[in-house]
Formats: sequence, C-alpha cells, structure tokens
Amino acid sequence: MSGNEAVAHAIRQINPDVMPAFPITPSTEIPQFVSNMIANGEVDTEFIPVESEHSAMSAAMGSEAAGARTITATSSCGLALMWEVLYVAASSRLPLVMTVVNRGLTGPLNINAEHSDSMGARDSGWIQIYAENNQEVYDNLLQAYRIAEHTDVKLPVMICQDGFITSHAVENIELMEDEPVKKFVGSYEPEHYLLNQNEVMALGPYATSPYCMEAKRAQAQAMMNAKQVILDVAKEYEAISGRSYGFFEEYRSEDADFVIVAIGSACGTIKDAVDELRGEKVKAGLIKVRVFRPFPGEELAKALSSAKAVAIMDRCESYSGHGGPLGAELRAAMYENKNTAEAVNIVYGLSGRDLTVEDAKGVYERLSVIATEGVTDRQYTYLGLRE
Amino acid sequence: MSELVEIRWHGRGGQGAKTAALLLADVAFNIGKHVQGFPEYGPERMGAPITAYDRISDQEIRVHSNIYEPNYVAVVDETLLHTVDVTRGIKKGGAILINTERSSEELMPELNGYEGRIYTIDAKKICDCTLGQYFPNTPMLAAIVKITGIMEPDRFLEEMKKSLQHKFARKPEVLEGNMKALKMALEEVRSNSKTGCSQN
Repeated sequence: MSGNEAVAHAIRQINPDVMPAFPITPSTEIPQFVSNMIANGEVDTEFIPVESEHSAMSAAMGSEAAGARTITATSSCGLALMWEVLYVAASSRLPLVMTVVNRGLTGPLNINAEHSDSMGARDSGWIQIYAENNQEVYDNLLQAYRIAEHTDVKLPVMICQDGFITSHAVENIELMEDEPVKKFVGSYEPEHYLLNQNEVMALGPYATSPYCMEAKRAQAQAMMNAKQVILDVAKEYEAISGRSYGFFEEYRSEDADFVIVAIGSACGTIKDAVDELRGEKVKAGLIKVRVFRPFPGEELAKALSSAKAVAIMDRCESYSGHGGPLGAELRAAMYENKNTAEAVNIVYGLSGRDLTVEDAKGVYERLSVIATEGVTDRQYTYLGLRE
Repeated sequence: MSELVEIRWHGRGGQGAKTAALLLADVAFNIGKHVQGFPEYGPERMGAPITAYDRISDQEIRVHSNIYEPNYVAVVDETLLHTVDVTRGIKKGGAILINTERSSEELMPELNGYEGRIYTIDAKKICDCTLGQYFPNTPMLAAIVKITGIMEPDRFLEEMKKSLQHKFARKPEVLEGNMKALKMALEEVRSNSKTGCSQN
C-alpha cells in the first residue's frame, strides 16, 4: 500500500464529517481515493469539490466552525494558496486536520519531495507531525484528531509525508481494524460551534489592541500544551497498536559520538548508514524529528548532550543565508541548553534530489573530522550539489 | 531468497512500467515479503522515458533512495536502448530483461559492452496472441518473476489471478486474456532465441 493509499485508508476509518479538497500533485490521489470510497458507500464523509486551495481551506474552516469534524489534503503551491486561511483557522482555534504530501514550492517548477511547503507554514500556528514511511503517516493521522480536539489544545494539525518517496511508494504496512480505530478516535463533541442554537457566537471578529495580544498569547499557550497531549495520545495509541511514538525517534544515538538530526523519509536511509558504520565500530546515531510544531527544542538539545558532533539536515532552503529551519531552531535550542557539540547545518534533497546510504556515510565521515578539528569549512553547506 | 533483490524498470510513459513495478511489489507482499515499489517522476507525459524500482527482501526495508546497482533491469521499450544507459550499475551475477522480437545476440552490440545475462521476451507477440491489445507490462511482469526467482511461477499465477479478479471486478472478461498472457510469458522468456505463438 502506498503512502497516499494509507492516508485514504485512515480517512475512511476516521470517517470525518466533511472533506473539502482541490487536487495537486502529489497529494491528488488522496481526495481521489476518498471520493471513490464515498461513491462506493464505504464511508459517508461529505466531499466538497472546491475551485481552489484557498476555497478548500475556507470551506474546511467553515465546516469545522459549524461543528463538523473536517479534513483536507494538499501539497506545495496548493498549501501556499491556503496561506491566509491557515492563520485564520489556527487563531480561530479550529481543530481541523490536513494531510500534506510534501513537495517543493516553485520555482524552478518541480513536483518532487522537499519540505519547503510545510516549513514555510511553520509559523502559521498549526501543529506539524512528519513521517518516515507509510506506516508512520498512517499512525500519525489516526492520532491527529485526538491531539487537535483536546481541550488544552484546540489547534489544527498537519500530517506530513514526503511526496512520491512515500506517497507513491508501495511498502509493507500494518493496518488497524476499523473498530479499535473508531473507539480510539472517538466521536467529535465540540464545546462551541456555530450551529449550536443555544449558544449564539461570532467567529473571527475584529480584535482591538487591548485583546489581540492576549488572544495570540493564549494560542501560543495551546501550542505549548500540545506537547503533553501529543505524548499522552501516543501512549494510548501504543497500547492499541504496539507502535510507540514521541517528539522524535532516537536511533542508536544515546551513546553516539556523531549524530545526524533529520526529518522524513531520508531517515530510513540514514538508519542503514548508521548500522553499517556501527558494524565498523563508528559510534554513529540518528535523531528523527517527528514533531516540528510544537518544537521540542529542550528535549532535542538534551538528547544531543553527549554527542561530539551533530549534523542537522534540512530538506528545505529558507533563504536566510544562514541555513534551514531545523538547523536554525535546533542550534538555538542547543545554545540555550549549553551543549558542547559542534553542530553544522546541511541542506539536502531539494526538489527530490536523492540521498543515498553513501551520502549519509559521507556526512558521518565529515562529523568525525569536525569532532577532532572543529568546523573548518562553512557551518551551513549543501549535500549532493553538482559542482 | 534471503538477500535483498533490487530491480530497475525502464519504460516510456503510458506503457505501464510503473504499474508493473507496483504490481510486482504487491504480489511479493502477498506472499509475505518486505517490499518497496516506487516510480521516479520527471516531467510526466506519454512516451517520455520513465524509471521505476522494486526492492524485495525477507528483511525490513528502510532505505528510501533510488536504485543505482540493481540485480535486475527490465526494459519495457527497446527503443530506450539508444537513449538510456539501461545496463548501468547492474550487479555481477545480475541480468537484463528486454522486450523485443530480436535475439540477445542481436542486442548485444547496443548494450554498451555489458557482459552479463540477457533475457528477451516478445511481449508484442504474446499480447497479440492473448490480449488483442498491446499491454507490454503484463508479459514483462511474468518474465521478471521467472528470471529473478522471487517466487514459484504457480504461486505467482495464483496471486495474480486474485489481484486481477479484484482489479477487474467490473470487467471479468479481461481476466482470461491476462492470465493467458502471464502463463505464456513464463514459458516464452528466452535467453537466446525468438518466441513464437505456441499457445494458440
């Protein structure tokens, strides 16, 4: 089953009330599969074919605000077209869920995997959870509403996977039975909603300066609260699935001298490199970031406290001239935590540029030099760039 | 088979190379293998060269990169021999399967000095005999199963029957032709001679 099929399967099991969506590669298959399921009577979600992604997110907001559990799917420029509404949805504290199949933003025009779309939306107030493979995107989606709808949170959630690399790859997967999923996800009982005739309310009114800042602070608090909720939901999910999740996965990194920190499908490839190097007595390790929003900076910095050299890898260029988003945020967290490891930031895999086991081994080799000689070249570099 | 088997498919957009790769992964999954089947996308258009990949193993597969040193290569369209370096990276002991009516001896000079095993299959002829329409991926799929030894041919046919019955639930009439094409391909894949319409 491909990553997109896994997402569609999870949507059928969750059975959200409404799905407004507009097709864009490589997420197109998701609304396509779900539409087929609806047509075949396998699920009774109301599908709204809209005329653009701006409308998809607006319709999603509207239905969620009305009190209906809502989902949508997009990628790349589609996510960019939603930009304005992303912020409105989050600040309106609407717990909707969006599956993002990560693809680079144009240009040059390209359809392949990159995290620049969702990373660009990292400050929009959405929770962001990333996956290494089909299994993880499926498991993450099943946990999404439990996090989003929690009374301490009430924020929208993005469930991300790498375009084509996992979205279009057929891989092994363990699916849950329908009944335990329905029981785990539960039914949606919104506390406040527009269709409640006993509670007349306005949504999205103008907030004057004496109130606006407090609203934003409350929203930031919800994001901080999400940390505990994400861990609690993961524990409950482990009890029914046997698969455990946290903010990040530590793969042979506890005693590692050289650690790569990365996000998404490349982590599987890096794990193979770690195993090969461990066979050669090189103490290599990987930390795979699953939750990027809220950012588990303190936890990550602590997990890296005994490393000698760290490579933070971004599948995204942020054009800051100073590195990618994961690099910037994690280095700041390591500074706060007074980590002593040398840390470099590496941009890789843009527009689907492949990352091989050999490439990953090359990064560890560079880390072993950095551990003894310090950072002699640039602190922020590109991997796999054609000279 | 305990080790990882890696297969690279070369075809042209619309010929079903990607579908063949994904079907192979599905069938191998059904017999309990760990699998990965994925396409490499470029500008998608009919007729443009496309590449797809399969990894099949008894162990969990974590790597998410393309395949540069495959055990096997399957070429769905022989006109690609002139434009794509199809034999690139083939592992020692590996093999290439080419859809052609020509013999492997005739093809040899077009394979950039490749010295490994060459298998051929005339998918056009098999399709003419069994399907009446040209879907080269069906015979190619059977042929690659045969030469890689990923699974027993009988088990493969059994799994394919189930899969096709499901896929063509609304068009049961196409099942028989497809099954015939698969069976014929299993017998007709050659390492050095031409195929004939022997099943008719």
